[in-house]
Amino acid sequence: MSVVDWSRAQFALTAMYHWLFVPLTLGLSVIVGIMETIYYRTRSSEWLKITKFWMSLFGINFAIGVATGIILEFEFGTNWSNYSWFVGDIFGAPLAIEGILAFFMEATFIAVMFFGWQKVSPRFHLASTWLTALGASISAIWILVANAWMQYPAGMEFDPAQMRNVMVSFTDVALSPVAIHKIIHTVWSGWTLSGVFVIGVSCWLLMRNRHRDEAIKSIKIGAWVGVVGMLVTLWGGDSSAVDVARYQPMKLAAMEGLYEGSCGQEIVAFGILNPEKTVTNDADPYLFKIALPKGLSFLANHDFDSFVPGINDLIDGVEKTPGGETVKVVSYAERMERGKLSHEALRRFDAAYTTGDEAGMESAAAEIKANYADFGYGYLNSAEEAVPPVAITFYSFHIMVLTGGYLLLFLLFALWAVYRRETLFSKSWLQWVAILSIAVVWICSEAGWITAEVGRQPWIIQDIMPASAAISDITVSSVVTTFWMFAVVFTGLLAAEMCIMVKRIRQGFDTPAVKK
Amino acid sequence: MKNFLTRAFHLYYDGFREMTLGKKLWALIAVKLLIMFGVLKLFFFPDLLESNYDNDDDRANAVRNTLVTRSNIDNQK
Repeated sequence: MSVVDWSRAQFALTAMYHWLFVPLTLGLSVIVGIMETIYYRTRSSEWLKITKFWMSLFGINFAIGVATGIILEFEFGTNWSNYSWFVGDIFGAPLAIEGILAFFMEATFIAVMFFGWQKVSPRFHLASTWLTALGASISAIWILVANAWMQYPAGMEFDPAQMRNVMVSFTDVALSPVAIHKIIHTVWSGWTLSGVFVIGVSCWLLMRNRHRDEAIKSIKIGAWVGVVGMLVTLWGGDSSAVDVARYQPMKLAAMEGLYEGSCGQEIVAFGILNPEKTVTNDADPYLFKIALPKGLSFLANHDFDSFVPGINDLIDGVEKTPGGETVKVVSYAERMERGKLSHEALRRFDAAYTTGDEAGMESAAAEIKANYADFGYGYLNSAEEAVPPVAITFYSFHIMVLTGGYLLLFLLFALWAVYRRETLFSKSWLQWVAILSIAVVWICSEAGWITAEVGRQPWIIQDIMPASAAISDITVSSVVTTFWMFAVVFTGLLAAEMCIMVKRIRQGFDTPAVKK
Repeated sequence: MKNFLTRAFHLYYDGFREMTLGKKLWALIAVKLLIMFGVLKLFFFPDLLESNYDNDDDRANAVRNTLVTRSNIDNQK
């Protein structure tokens, strides 16, 4: 494996590790807020116990996950230094806002949440709990804005003198459709995950015949939050699919294993890819598939008869009208040529900059600007290099969709059962389903990120910078060393920290004795 | 103001003192932060452009040079 592959693997490892904790923080903070609101209104000691129990699990998860994201920033500076410089303040500004908010808002109000029960008024405590939830979501929003910009670079101009993309419109960066839909899809997926977590943990307590009333009340809140979260996540996901079709069509083609597109394109609900299939052969892409007619056209464009390009269509620059008429658009070969023109202009700019030739710099900068949309294609040796790993993208997408579909059904059933057939929660089969669903929801959540990030390869910034250009001049051995250090150290820490989580769950809704 | 600061101090001080499960957790967090900042950041994750160049002009030149060198423009013709 090359240094790019190892660096990608390292980034994926740390990002996926970080993402184990983030969605639970996002959703559980809201659930705790709702529970404390009920306590505030009823002053019931039972709701106080419930609130404190879930708050303690929130605190453990927050503490386990804290600072795991900082490692990603280390990697930007070491492994991806060209990228870090190239993106300039566009990436830096959202991350700085996130850092400040995370520190001041979350750190302050979390302390009041945990330490302030006897120190501040109930109203102030409740406000602190909600502000913690709000702070967590706002932090996530800025990270997602930064990520969305990598998928859909907007609101910037490239300055070849600074060698940086300079932000010209903050609103275009922060409020791009990709950012908005990504925020909706991702933040509310945290609600879904947390709802399933609350139901699963409650069922574990029910299995041990402990704290029945508190567990059932928790399931009600978990199911409501989970269902609302799932419905909003679905809506955000649908909008994100339209964005992907529009701005990252190659990713969409890889998500479906689609090589030759068509009007009224079917969607593969379940399938097994043919490992022999490549861009250059005519093998059938699937060994087996169950497909829904016209589904992909509708998902991509909200039009059953629209054309969805496949991988080969995109490479060849083929587009079709809904009537089936072929229209020639820009091929990847042409984009590669344009990318190289911008690189040649950058080289000329460099020479002019060194000699102080203002006119030369101006003319070179104009040519870079004219071809900048395809800047990244100049780094490709062949059009096939612009195709992401199809199998990983395809399977992760389908795992996300299938597990998401299951979770929707599970949450709807749990919501119905907890109000209409509460006794079902005494059945061990349902308790086991709920407990196992905790694993399913995490798999679903991680699969979503794998789809989003693997599907946009080779781009670190869509169409503008491939990972091969972004990588620093570092050795493979240094990345391999830190990769395995992460893997070993963080697996050990995760195991130790999970023990603390399990120990607290075992105590149930009883508040641990205060140490004097 | 002084009263506020005293109360804030006691909020944290008493809170940490009366922790139960949290103490083990804080020990693990301390280990984690020590590994991250004391080992990984210090020895394995330098900010390359920051440490290798003195000013922003030099950093920009280095990145420009790298991006031109890595381009495919000389292979095409």
